[in-house]
Order: sequence, then C-alpha cells, then structure tokens
Amino acid sequence: MGAMTTAAPVPRSLWAWAPALTVAALIGPVAAGLIGTLAPALGLHPTLGGAGLSLEPFRALMDWPGLGRAVWLSLWVGLASTALSLAIVILIVAAWQGTRSLARVERLLSPLLSVPHAAAALGLAFLIAPSGWIARLISPWATGWDRPPDLLILHDPGGLALIAGLLTKEVPFLMLMTLAALPQADAAARMRVARALGYGQVTGWLKTVLPAIYRQIRLPIYAVLAYAMSTVDMAVILGPTTPPVLAVQVVAWMHDPDLSMRFQAAAGAVLQLALVIGALALWRICEMFGSAVLTRWRGSGGRGNPALERLIARGALGLGVALAAMLIAGLAGLAAWSVAGLWSFPDPLPHSLTLRSWTRAAPGLADPLRETLIIGAVAAAVSLALVIACLEAEHRTGRTPSDAARWLLYLPLIVPQVAFLTGLQTLAIGVGLDGGRAAVIAAHIVFVLPYVFLSLSDPWRAWDRRQATVAHALGAGPLRVLWAVRLPMLLQPVLTAAAVGFAVSVGQYLPTLLVGAGRIETLTTEAVALSSGGDRRIVGVYTLVQFVVLVIPFAAALLVPRLVQRRRADNG
Amino acid sequence: MAEGGLILDALRVALNGKTLVALDTTLGPGEVLTVMGPSGAGKSTLLAALIGQLPPAFRMSGRIILNGRDITALPTEARRMGLLFQDDVLFPHLSVGGNLAFGLPAHIRGRAARMDRVRAALADIGLAGFETRDPTTLSGGQRARVALMRMLLSEPEALLLDEAFSKLDMGLRAQIRSLVFDTARARGLPVVQVTHDRADAEAAGGRVVEV
Repeated sequence: MGAMTTAAPVPRSLWAWAPALTVAALIGPVAAGLIGTLAPALGLHPTLGGAGLSLEPFRALMDWPGLGRAVWLSLWVGLASTALSLAIVILIVAAWQGTRSLARVERLLSPLLSVPHAAAALGLAFLIAPSGWIARLISPWATGWDRPPDLLILHDPGGLALIAGLLTKEVPFLMLMTLAALPQADAAARMRVARALGYGQVTGWLKTVLPAIYRQIRLPIYAVLAYAMSTVDMAVILGPTTPPVLAVQVVAWMHDPDLSMRFQAAAGAVLQLALVIGALALWRICEMFGSAVLTRWRGSGGRGNPALERLIARGALGLGVALAAMLIAGLAGLAAWSVAGLWSFPDPLPHSLTLRSWTRAAPGLADPLRETLIIGAVAAAVSLALVIACLEAEHRTGRTPSDAARWLLYLPLIVPQVAFLTGLQTLAIGVGLDGGRAAVIAAHIVFVLPYVFLSLSDPWRAWDRRQATVAHALGAGPLRVLWAVRLPMLLQPVLTAAAVGFAVSVGQYLPTLLVGAGRIETLTTEAVALSSGGDRRIVGVYTLVQFVVLVIPFAAALLVPRLVQRRRADNG
Repeated sequence: MAEGGLILDALRVALNGKTLVALDTTLGPGEVLTVMGPSGAGKSTLLAALIGQLPPAFRMSGRIILNGRDITALPTEARRMGLLFQDDVLFPHLSVGGNLAFGLPAHIRGRAARMDRVRAALADIGLAGFETRDPTTLSGGQRARVALMRMLLSEPEALLLDEAFSKLDMGLRAQIRSLVFDTARARGLPVVQVTHDRADAEAAGGRVVEV
C-alpha cells in the first residue's frame, strides 16, 4: 500500500532556479550599488584615497551652500507631483468608471506610457519655453511680444515646470495601474450597490471602491514618489538650476574632474536615499490620516452633491486630457523642429521645411542608435526569459507569489536610482572594471524586468489551465506544452511585454550614463546632452528617431498575432 | 498485476486531513464507472488525482494501476489517460489538423505519414477535408468529435470524462455519448466519468458510485 504522499508529482526541472536568479538580477545590483555608495560616503574607498572611516564627506556636503534648497526642492517636487497625479487619477476613475470615455482614455495610455521621460520633458520644454509653441500661438496679438520674453518659465526656481513634466508621465502610469486593479476589487459590483443606496458616482466610488483599489496601487504610488524625488533627466531639462534638485547635483559631483568630489557625491546619494525613505514614511502617515478621514466621512452617510460631482468629473477629466495633449503637442513640436528651416518668433509654423537637420544629424545618429537597439533588445529578451521562467515555475509548483515577492519586484523602482547607480560606478572603479555595454545591460535589466513582469503576469495567470492539462494528457511534456501551446496562445501579451521592456530600456538615462561611465551613448543620453546646447532641430531629430524606435515593437506586438491568425483563417 | 484494466487500489484523497474521495475498485477493459454527486463533492478532485494534477494542498494515498503499470507517481503526460472536458478545449492557435497532429504520438514518423493519419482520422468522424479549418469555425458537435478523435489518436489506455456531454444540446448529446462509449468498448478502454446527469450514467450502463 502506498504511503501518504504529496499528491501532485511536482516535475523537477531546470526552471526551478528561475525565481532565485530573477531575485539576484533585481536585488544584486541594488544591494551592491548601495554598498558602493555607503562606503565612500563614510570615507572608505582606497582607490580614490579614502582610507579611513570618517564623516568628512557628510561635512563637505553640509558645507555646500545649496544643500537646504536642493533638499527642499526634492521633497516639494516629489510630494506635490505624486499627490497631484494621484488626485487626478482617482477623481477621473471615480467619475468615469464604467463609461465609454474611460475606455477611450484607456486605449491612449500605453502609447503615452512608452514615451521616455526625457522625450516628454524635451517636448514640454519646447512647448512652454518663452519661445515655445504656446508663447507663439498667443503672440503678438495677446501678449505684445515680438521676440521671446525674458521669462524664467523653464527651470523656474519653484520647480513648477518639472512638476508639470512629471505629471505628464505619472498620470498615465498610475491610471493604468488603477484600471488594472478595478476588476480585482470587484469595483463594478461595489458601485451598483452604492448607486442603489443613493450615493453619487464620485462619492460612492470614493467610499466603497477606493479603499480596495488603494491597497493594489500603493507600491506603484511609492515608486512614483521615489522617482519624482530623484529624477535626473527630467530635472536637467525642466528643473531649477541654481541649485538644482539634489539628485542632479549628485550626478554633477560624480562627473567632477576632481575625483575626491566622489566622496561628497556618495554622501549626497545617501542623503537622497534617506530623503526618499523619509518621504515614504510621511506618505504612509498621510495614508493613515486619510483613511481615518475617509472612514468618518463614510459613517456620515452623505450621498454627495450632484452639481459638485459634475464639476469634479469634468475638471479631473479636463486636467487629464490637458496633460495628454501637452505630451502629444510637445512631441509634435519636436517633430516640427526636426524639419524646420527658418522658424522665427512668433510664427506658429516654420517658414520652410528642410531635411538639413536630418542629414546633419545622420552621421552622429548611427552609433547611439545601434547601442540603443542592442541594449534594449538584449535587456528585454533576458528580462522576458526570466519572467517567463518565473511564471512557469509558479505554474508548475502551483504556488502563488507572496506579498514579499511583490515588494522585491518594486524595490528597484522605489530605491532612488542615484543612490545605487553611483555606487555601482564607484565599485567598478574600485575593482578596476570598465563600464562596458554588458554592465549597462545588467543595470537596465534591473528596471526593465519589473515592468515586463507587471505586463505579462496577469495574462499569463489568466490563461485557462485546462489547455495545459489536455496537452499533458495527450502526452506532451512540460517543455512542449510551454513552447507549442502556452507561448503561441499568449503570443500577443508576450510580444507586448517585450515591447514594454524594450521601451523601458530605451528610456533609461541615468543607468546608461553612470554605469556606462559616459562611454556608452544611447539616443536618450544623447538627446539629454544635446538639450543643454539648445539646438532644437537636432534634439528634435533624436527624439523623433527615439519615438520611431519605440513604436515599431508595439506595432509588431499588435500586428504579428493578427497576421499569424489570419494566415490560419485563410487556410480554412 | 499483469491483467488489463484500471485498478484504483485504496485510493483516497484528503484536504487538511478530511477525506474527500475514497475508491477501491477495479475496472476491466471497456468497463465504465460513473461517479455522481453534487458540485463541490470532490468529483473533480478525483479526476485531478487520476490525471496527476492535484494541487499541492491535497494529500493522496493508495495506488493507481493501469494495464499493470503503477502510474501513481507518474506525470500526466506519461500516464496514457485520455481526458475529455465539458468544453472541447481545442487549441485555438492550431488548425483542426494541427490539433489532431498534436495528439498523434511521436513514434509515427514522417510528415506525410502523420498527415495521412490525420486525414484518415478526420474521415472516420465524418469531417474529411477539415484539416486546415480554424476550430472556431466548427459547430459544437464537430468540435466535440475533433476533441474525441484528438484524444484517441494519442493512444490512451483509459478514458476520463469530466462532465463531457453537459454543454452539448439534447439531440447532439445522445449522439456524441454513444460515439464515445462505443469507441471505448471497441478499443477495450476502461472509462471513469464524473457527471451530475443521471442520463449519462444510464447511457454508460456500468456501475455508479455517489460521492
């Protein structure tokens, strides 16, 4: 008689190591980088001449006159942009859940999300600059300007332009996360009950759906807050300059020819990490406070004021649409500049069109384009392979990942980039390694992998397991079921996840800049570097090329499965 | 142990120490065992145990012997248990012919030989010339026949039916049901079916156990 055994014979396979390897790929660089940041911050870095434990780097940091302002800017920009984007997203979804308008908005999200931060910032810069499109459209008839006014709109000391730029990227991201969480929260059923009890759409949503949704989008919000506080590329293009936000200053110190400034940079990076942790703690406290307020409000039984609800609904959607329009108009402006001949102020359109900027940029474009494609393709492919291996391991063992696994996934998105990427660069110098392409790819994977996982995990898990059972019963082993049944059936989500991963890689600025030690140039690093030169035509060319590079994989993800499908249908 | 048939030797499936199903029986070639009971009574658990797809939380004891082979610890693909669900679960990314070829064992070699087998099998179920069709263009009855033939081509040694007829409409149900049971008898395959439809049990004509 058989002894009591575990029922399902768990197939032993090479894939069993996938989760461990994935965690290593995510956490390894973050942990190593943090050590590499912390050591020089405490004066420990023999190669650079820091032999003994000391607080000198922090003392030097404290002596920097811009520190107070830079710290305040980071906190203000991060908290304000996160709170604003969250409010816009929540109010739009609350007011419009279940309507056709929201379904239309949803289709716009993926393309908006794939626009790299730097491209969004560059587009916005050319839109709102004193010589930008908005000023041109209202001049001279409304303003009297016949030349660009001497106004500090970009790089404004209050960081408002930077906040606007962050909103154009954060609102689509949080919106997508919120919409993805709706089915799990059973939002439609909650709303039916709330409406039947006489609650207004917005009031009912905030009182019944929001608490369930918030739990789901908490980690994405933390990632947004951390990013907004420590972004470098957007802050270089849009943010204040004297002093800049802390992260920008840290990167400037990292690039100082005087290598001893690296100690100060490391201390600044540690401070940046502490700031993010502090802001997250503050946010957590606000969450608890907000939850208490919401509970009291729910207890009050108020059904909501219809007129006010209409106002909120229109206002929130209007803001969201305005942000999307800014992003799109900005990119269109860059495209226009790339083919503009003479274009004087305040003409809204160029006098003539020419391809001169393109022929001028072409020789310099080839190398960054090649690097962008290679790095993006390899990072996306490796991430996709790891994610599929993880999901397959999850499927085969029948275990669902814990909350801890979700945290691990978000960790690289929450730890500020500048805090561990500077450390990676310092470590590389310490062990005599050059920042090569492989190192840059490894650094990109840290950020690409989480997004690939987020993109693929839901469709993967929603797949009908009986397909696998039937295939097994027909004699197919696990590998054949994966290759011949599951992957072909999930072709569209797999290709979309690959396109998302590629887009994330293409958009990376800081990992390429710091880990590549300035020697690896991609379209994004070039575009940001060129932006300070003020040659709008060339920047337009780079951004447009970047955009085309991004659109092709997404288009392929849409078209290839349809072509495969049609070929079979034609056979019938 | 060399005799043919399916032996469920003191088979017991438990969840958290509570027994869900217990069976101790032998099915000869061509014999049908119908397991009946309300939903949630452990019918699907029994099928999952027989096919080797029990979730890790379940505990199973006893042995499953098929034609003299102890298959208790074998993975699903090595058991040679044919399976039919209430939905036909045809692979949507493959043509009708592709679905059938998927079931065809690897020992039938050569593209032409495999295509011949597929064409002949389609003719057997009255669907000659359907090999390049998309499964979504087939009627319910045609799909059910393709699913049955795909399973038979994989040369199973026993048959498991999971409410296999419940989604077919009345007229079709009797027709597909007799096709399945006649084939099983002709090939000497022991059959375990779980159902909540008394008519399925009557059509099968074998023993009935309630869980």
